[in-house]
Amino acid sequence: MDSATSEPPGGRAELAAGADNGLKIVIVGGFGAGKTTLVRSVSEIRPLNTEETMTQAGRGVDELADLDGVRGKTSTTVAFDFGRITLDARNVLYLFGAPGQERFWFLWDRLFSGTLGAVVLVDTRRLADSWYAIDRLEQHGTPFIVAHNDFGGPPHTLEQLREALDLDPEVPLVRCDARDRESSKNVLIALVEHLRTLYARQTSPSSPPVPQEAAP
Amino acid sequence: MSRPGRDDAPDRLYTLTGGRSRPAADVSFDLVSLVVAESDPAPGMPSEHAAILRMCARPTAVVEVAAELGLPVSIVRVLLSDLLVQGRIGARHPRSAASPHRLPDPDILEQVLVGLRNL
Repeated sequence: MDSATSEPPGGRAELAAGADNGLKIVIVGGFGAGKTTLVRSVSEIRPLNTEETMTQAGRGVDELADLDGVRGKTSTTVAFDFGRITLDARNVLYLFGAPGQERFWFLWDRLFSGTLGAVVLVDTRRLADSWYAIDRLEQHGTPFIVAHNDFGGPPHTLEQLREALDLDPEVPLVRCDARDRESSKNVLIALVEHLRTLYARQTSPSSPPVPQEAAP
Repeated sequence: MSRPGRDDAPDRLYTLTGGRSRPAADVSFDLVSLVVAESDPAPGMPSEHAAILRMCARPTAVVEVAAELGLPVSIVRVLLSDLLVQGRIGARHPRSAASPHRLPDPDILEQVLVGLRNL
């Protein structure tokens, strides 16, 4: 695992002095689905790793109200990776790679509130890891798309995948190669376009839902 | 996943904050709030404070500060709130994170799309 403190010679890539708006997108997926690979392929900085300390008592409790428990209860530490994309002189987008399994979800609730949306990165060898993440995102009302990281394994059509994941027909499903910068960039673009569609629908409730199927 | 010497006893990290686990100021630092130093490091100041001021000569996100210091985000939030109360840093909070269940503003989405397409 990369150490957060050993920077390469020359130091960090700095943000513009006028940068004033941080944005978040969360990439979720099971172990080995390619979350860090995707972050790495589009990040302008080497993906960094940081961690959060919290108590088991913190599950489901909003914000920092629970951390008093740290004095009397055992703390747990959870690590997550992140990368950065400077969008323009003012906006900077942070990508967070988060484990999708149930036992990590308390981390999401606390740390990733206010995220623009999420990408569920699916590895067809471990579909079960995606089910829980999709359920939770739907429950939370967090907009998301699903991206199939294609490792060149047994071929699945997107229709087969959609069925296997029991995915709502309106949720975009795209194929990507997380190692490829353009491909990863297109995943993020697909998410933001989906958000824009959702926003347009929200503001004009009379219009019918627009089914989406992104091109591979 | 563990880092020797740290993950084995996370509680002792709170010695850095004088045992406090929540920020002093009535502010909430988002993971992506951008921190900007308003003053130079002063002699005798805690080394973490000095490191933050050096790091934040240019805007730096809370999560980057945490990664650079090798400290958990919750600890860094306490350190940042101390510096904010002292007027040594400023914070630029995200404009789109007001509510977890509200869709982001279309203007922001457009700016994000343009930025991504220009990559």
